[in-house]
Amino acid sequence: MNRKIAPPIKNALDFNLQLKPYKYGQLKNGVPVYAVEAGEEDVLQLELVFYAGSINQKKKGVAGATNFLIKNGTVNRTAFQINEEFDYYGAYINRSCFSETAVLTLHTLSKHLGKLLPVMEDMLTNSIFPETELDIYKQNSKQSLQVKLQKCEFVAGKLINRYLYGEHHPYGTSIELNEIDSITLTDIRKFYENYYLKGKCAIFIAGKLPKDYLTLLDKNFGNLNLKKPSFKVSELPPQPAEKRKYRIINDKNAVQGAVRVARNFPTRQHPDFTKAVVLNTFLGGYFGSRLMSNIREEKGYTYGIYSYIQNHMSTSAWIISTEAGKDVCEPTLKEIYFELERLKNERISDEEMLLVKNYMLGSILGDLDGPFQIIAKWKNIILNGLDETFFYNSIKAIKEATPAEMQALAKKYFKKKDFFELIVY
Amino acid sequence: MINFKKFTLNNGLRVIVHSDTSVPTVVVNVLYDVGSRDEHPEKTGFAHLFEHLMFGGSKNIKVYDEPLQIAGGENNAFTTPDFTNYYCQLPAENIETAFWLESDRMLSLAFSKKSLEVQRKVVCEEFKEHYINKPYGNVSQELRSMAYKKHPYQWLTIGKNLKHIEDATLDDVKGFFKKFYNPSNAILVVAGNVTVGQVKELAEKWFGDIEKGINNKHRYIKEPAQKSARRKTMYADVPLDAFYKCWHIFPRSDERYYITDLITEIFSGGASSRLFQKLVKEKKLFSSIDCYHSGSMGPGLLTIEGKLVTGIKINDAEEAVMEEIRNFLKSGITKKELEKVKNKTESAMAFEDMSMTNRAASLAIYELIGDVNLINTELKKYKKITTKQILETGKEIFREENSSTLYYLSSNIHKDEQKDSATN
Repeated sequence: MNRKIAPPIKNALDFNLQLKPYKYGQLKNGVPVYAVEAGEEDVLQLELVFYAGSINQKKKGVAGATNFLIKNGTVNRTAFQINEEFDYYGAYINRSCFSETAVLTLHTLSKHLGKLLPVMEDMLTNSIFPETELDIYKQNSKQSLQVKLQKCEFVAGKLINRYLYGEHHPYGTSIELNEIDSITLTDIRKFYENYYLKGKCAIFIAGKLPKDYLTLLDKNFGNLNLKKPSFKVSELPPQPAEKRKYRIINDKNAVQGAVRVARNFPTRQHPDFTKAVVLNTFLGGYFGSRLMSNIREEKGYTYGIYSYIQNHMSTSAWIISTEAGKDVCEPTLKEIYFELERLKNERISDEEMLLVKNYMLGSILGDLDGPFQIIAKWKNIILNGLDETFFYNSIKAIKEATPAEMQALAKKYFKKKDFFELIVY
Repeated sequence: MINFKKFTLNNGLRVIVHSDTSVPTVVVNVLYDVGSRDEHPEKTGFAHLFEHLMFGGSKNIKVYDEPLQIAGGENNAFTTPDFTNYYCQLPAENIETAFWLESDRMLSLAFSKKSLEVQRKVVCEEFKEHYINKPYGNVSQELRSMAYKKHPYQWLTIGKNLKHIEDATLDDVKGFFKKFYNPSNAILVVAGNVTVGQVKELAEKWFGDIEKGINNKHRYIKEPAQKSARRKTMYADVPLDAFYKCWHIFPRSDERYYITDLITEIFSGGASSRLFQKLVKEKKLFSSIDCYHSGSMGPGLLTIEGKLVTGIKINDAEEAVMEEIRNFLKSGITKKELEKVKNKTESAMAFEDMSMTNRAASLAIYELIGDVNLINTELKKYKKITTKQILETGKEIFREENSSTLYYLSSNIHKDEQKDSATN
């Protein structure tokens, strides 16, 4: 045995990657149910996706507050009683609010599903939004925002979105401390009525499912006044800022700065998207990426540096993000541009090409082994108005990518003048 | 039930195999029985720095990451006060690549000067990112140094200060490797689409000829029983006042460890838990509150921490927390509450076992505790716990002389009172 020689490997290019299909069902009211049955453990995840995201709100913070407070009291149960019912069965009920959608997620042992659905039904029919719950919510949101505002990475994330999309675009806006106070019960109750009681909804369920899961869902949600969403993604043109370079001092005692370099970029529907994901992997999408190798592993300027394309529906952005030592933030920027230029000017070697392809395919393979991962892929495809050809085209894009293609794409998208650059100290 | 098979190589390497053919991948997990508790008090942060160096090339392989990525694999590692764990996940067909890589770095590192220089800087940036450049970032270090006077749990895994990391030398690295990175001090877990026969053959082939090395007997300075309550007030540039209080608890191998785990759930597991309901929702004294324990192998800490609603006095906040504790010690908990936290534990375990990397790491950790079968029997231990035991263990923990209390106040709010200390 010679330890200097690597054992033979099966090339990941030869892997046949399949996305396990979902089972489709529909409730009486037309609400679609996408189900993936998989996994060894007796658990499941249920997601109710409402088209109740922040793009629908007339006042900042209303969509988020409605989503958060939906479990804080109904005509039948107090907030405490609702919490106790989920806690008693060892279940987790979470809510999250995005730009387009707002989600209620239940994680539970499969055997308890039938007992918990009626509580969710109650939340979706009878929420009353008590005044004292709103008061606590406002006070605690303000306090938690106060803490976040002291972190340079939080401020950088907020500002770069503002530059990329514009202050009034749903992707570029953010709530200020004083604006939290202006959220009223009337705003919330109206929003609840329009976007939950009479909302558009899609259901995603995955794990070890009880045989009668569809009957259970229909019994609890099939009679609600909900509609099937259209899954059409509407264009909301960004209004990027004029100025491109920013240096901000947020904390005079900072020992690090948050560095962001970003440009506007289209969404999944664009023909360049799948290849851009491959190019992004070279740039900053994995541990062996150009940025990580140079700026962390060569120079030690940072604990980590990444690049990614934001997961937005109507328009998006390509972002490079890191926290670096205060005195090496400017040199970090220099190296970021150096790596962008290198991808434009030098052909990627065949070795690196193969490495990235294998890494990406292996990583997708590892990502397809659990029910929650599979349903997450489907959810992303469906909510973006796409179908499984998107998944298979992404695989194809990885397998067939060439150095010439990568270089052409880099030349098209890595023009320095298109990027915003920001450091928040 | 999680199936597993255990065997030991002649050089002392313990090997555990968990086969699950429903997945296309395998996880190879190597745990080394060394953490920050094994460090010299003047060279803290070293176990973690060393973890970084494990990726800087080994005796026969220039870099660790590239060959793994070519084989379609991903990897990571983490260091705790008690152990250091390395894992990678890759397509089942390419399992041998992981054996090749992991065995070579157990055999010997490359001890590259450049790697040490760079990783010292990287770890310093990690230190800054998580413990300095973040509001409340230095609290956990403060609490630990209050609670532990002798035991090495008094410092964090990242290290006591930046200087200790900056001063690390290549000789330190070599000494550390020789002492801790050998087969008799390691546990190998292979989980996923693999057979026991396959692993036996590969383990023998790649790890079999590595020298046994020193068999470490871990001995740690015992923390003397705390005799009186410790208290401290400090001021920092943070927006909100915060309250921290911790108590010494029991080691992982003690039956009361499980009871303590349920106690923390009673206090703050979920939105219906006692502290959240009483102090955030009803009395509106805190905007967030949490109760947790350190999960350590040795005697750890149970901590209650919360951020105060602006305008609330910290003594009043503490008094309200103590009132909850007194109520608990007086009346114990109801059967229903006990049922609830047991159900939560059952569910949390099931969700944790969903991921193959979690299963692999759990198997290694249970073996480190001394009984790998705990992965299947631990839930029974929880289920047997009674309300009476909860109360008894609570009484042992929540004694004032067993506690350390930290008032971490906003220097902005308390401009006029900062006579004593000014930190951060």
